[in-house]
Amino acid sequence: MALTEKGPPGPAAQAQEAPAPAAPRQRRVRIRRFSTEGALSVVGAAAGSLALTWVLYERALPFNGALGFWVSWYVIFLLMYTAVAALQWDGRVVRDRLASLALGTGGLLACAVVLIVIVYIGIRGLRAFLNAGFFTHTMANAGPLSPLGAGGVLHGIVGTLEQLGLATVFAVPLGIASAVFLSEVGGVGSRAVRTLVEAMTSLPDIIAGLFIYAFAILTLGLQDSGIAAALALAVTMMPIVARGSEAVIRIVPQMLREASYALGGSQWRTVWNVILPTARSGLATVVVLGMARGIGETAPVLLTAGYSKAMNANPLHGWQTSLVTYIFNEHAQPGANDQARAFGAALTLVVLVLILFSVARWLGGGQPGELSRRDRRRIAREGARR
Amino acid sequence: MTAGLMSAHAPASDDQPRRIVVRRSAGDRVFRGVMRAAGIAVLTVTAMILTFLLARGVSAFRRAGFSFFTTQSFSVGAPKFGIASLLTNGVIIAAIALVIAIPVAVATALYISEYAPRALRRPLIAMIDLMAAIPSIVYAMWGLYFVMGRWVGVDTWLSRHLSFIPIFRVTGSQTLQSTFVDAPFIVGLVVACLVIPIITSLCREIFSQAPVAEREAAYALGATRWGMVRTVVLPFGRAGIIGSSMLGMGRALGDAIVISFLITPVYYINTHVLQSGGQSIPYAILLFKDSGPQWVAALMAAGVVLFAMTLAINVLGAVVTGRSRSGLVTV
Repeated sequence: MALTEKGPPGPAAQAQEAPAPAAPRQRRVRIRRFSTEGALSVVGAAAGSLALTWVLYERALPFNGALGFWVSWYVIFLLMYTAVAALQWDGRVVRDRLASLALGTGGLLACAVVLIVIVYIGIRGLRAFLNAGFFTHTMANAGPLSPLGAGGVLHGIVGTLEQLGLATVFAVPLGIASAVFLSEVGGVGSRAVRTLVEAMTSLPDIIAGLFIYAFAILTLGLQDSGIAAALALAVTMMPIVARGSEAVIRIVPQMLREASYALGGSQWRTVWNVILPTARSGLATVVVLGMARGIGETAPVLLTAGYSKAMNANPLHGWQTSLVTYIFNEHAQPGANDQARAFGAALTLVVLVLILFSVARWLGGGQPGELSRRDRRRIAREGARR
Repeated sequence: MTAGLMSAHAPASDDQPRRIVVRRSAGDRVFRGVMRAAGIAVLTVTAMILTFLLARGVSAFRRAGFSFFTTQSFSVGAPKFGIASLLTNGVIIAAIALVIAIPVAVATALYISEYAPRALRRPLIAMIDLMAAIPSIVYAMWGLYFVMGRWVGVDTWLSRHLSFIPIFRVTGSQTLQSTFVDAPFIVGLVVACLVIPIITSLCREIFSQAPVAEREAAYALGATRWGMVRTVVLPFGRAGIIGSSMLGMGRALGDAIVISFLITPVYYINTHVLQSGGQSIPYAILLFKDSGPQWVAALMAAGVVLFAMTLAINVLGAVVTGRSRSGLVTV
């Protein structure tokens, strides 16, 4: 009551205050994140340290390099902010503010890296990306000295899409099934499987390539081809899909399971008709994120797919180029146009990842079981038809 | 007392709880069998990886003997060759990456789970997920063409002023840029970008599960927010930090592409992290895969070592994080 009192006091307050009308009017406490002196301290320390760093780094001391400049600035900024804060507050508050500042810059740094990478690849890749022939040509007729428009990335895009599609077909059913095993069936071996799935998600991707190389190519006699690359990608994608799906299936409310069992549903009916549909949006997100990871895996593809300059749309036979092998080979070429094409292909890859990523965000917006607007329309339509 | 109770209940002892027998339908039994098979497939794949790599690599083990682990030179044609330099240089790069990544990742995770305004939280999480989704080859190009030239100045400064620390010493000329490019330190910096999102997302998940009652108790005792984080969230998440760092280490050890873009391969152990030259097992696999059957056998043997090492680290990491993540018990 006392905290929120501002306007004309209500009757209850009047009754309460009546015995002590001389009590000093209380100041309203406002809970805010930012205070003027706090914000000004940060801004002041930032500006002061920037000036000091510039004088020392660029003028007084023999340093160079842009990144070095910002590292020094940050260190001086923290020191200066500590000093400014120590002038105003006691030690505990200073430590608290310093900690929140340092943790905040950690987050800022991670975001900055993502943005810088995307913007840099965007700038360097734009020249090839906007070139008319880039998406309609292969490298079949392009030599080291031919103009930028003579070669393109069409065969790489075809290869990437085919390999990724096949890998998804192999990895997703297996991944979701093992997630169902972990969360619904359980029993013998589930602990070992869970631990291994977790461990396999960050297993070196080159091991997957080496395994398919040893197993499919050296032992079974398969050629270097798109399908071998797809198998290798599936090995890397499967644990990612399994781990993500398990987390999604786990948050399906227990009530739904019990309701299904109470209606006499068998376990596989429950999973098939209740749990998986409820978790659908989450599962779709997991699958798309797994695809986004798979599309950029380079090392396994380098070991298993081979490389060709011409179009090969048949994943079952012959060497097949994908975007990642295209970048790997083109960037090593000496020509300036080859470098530009490598950056163009990298930009294409980033754009594909961003598209997949936005699709995943768009799919995964809702809670499990939450109906989208489209779902609600569909249900209304079916109801009306009845 | 107990005896009295027992005797009082003795006459009713035939009133035993009914044994619950689950009689599953045929369809359910098939379903459970198929799902279990899918789960076991993960175990099978792991076992197959080990088997096939071993089968293909055993000839190299046999030829080189124990010197496979102690010889620095990787010239497979010679009577003695080994992976000592590949392994050690790879571990050095991974260690640099972790030294950079762990503080940044833990800070980011703490910021997202404890400090960020609610409206910022989801975009930040999306950003970290995006960081994990950016392909390593894109980081590699960015590292080679963007970071390298801009970072060499820092390395030069470090070697000039901190060379009393042995690892910062360089043996080459300090005025030549070529001494400093392609150095493990720069590679570690870029590899850290691959590792940061892994550690961040795992840590964030664990930090956000720190018990609310203890947080509020800390505030009630007059703790500042940092005081609360230090006394409640960090101790609660310690196992998570260690475990996720191990998973990150697995990723860093296994990276092939960034290293192949950024480093000049050398076949001695280079402990001068600011000086050009390094190597790792994944890069060697990419480099020599077409060099003939003897080389392939040696690469498979190196692959077995890498696989065993990262699997051990990752399993340990998964066990440690799994223990501190609640709600992950099979029904």
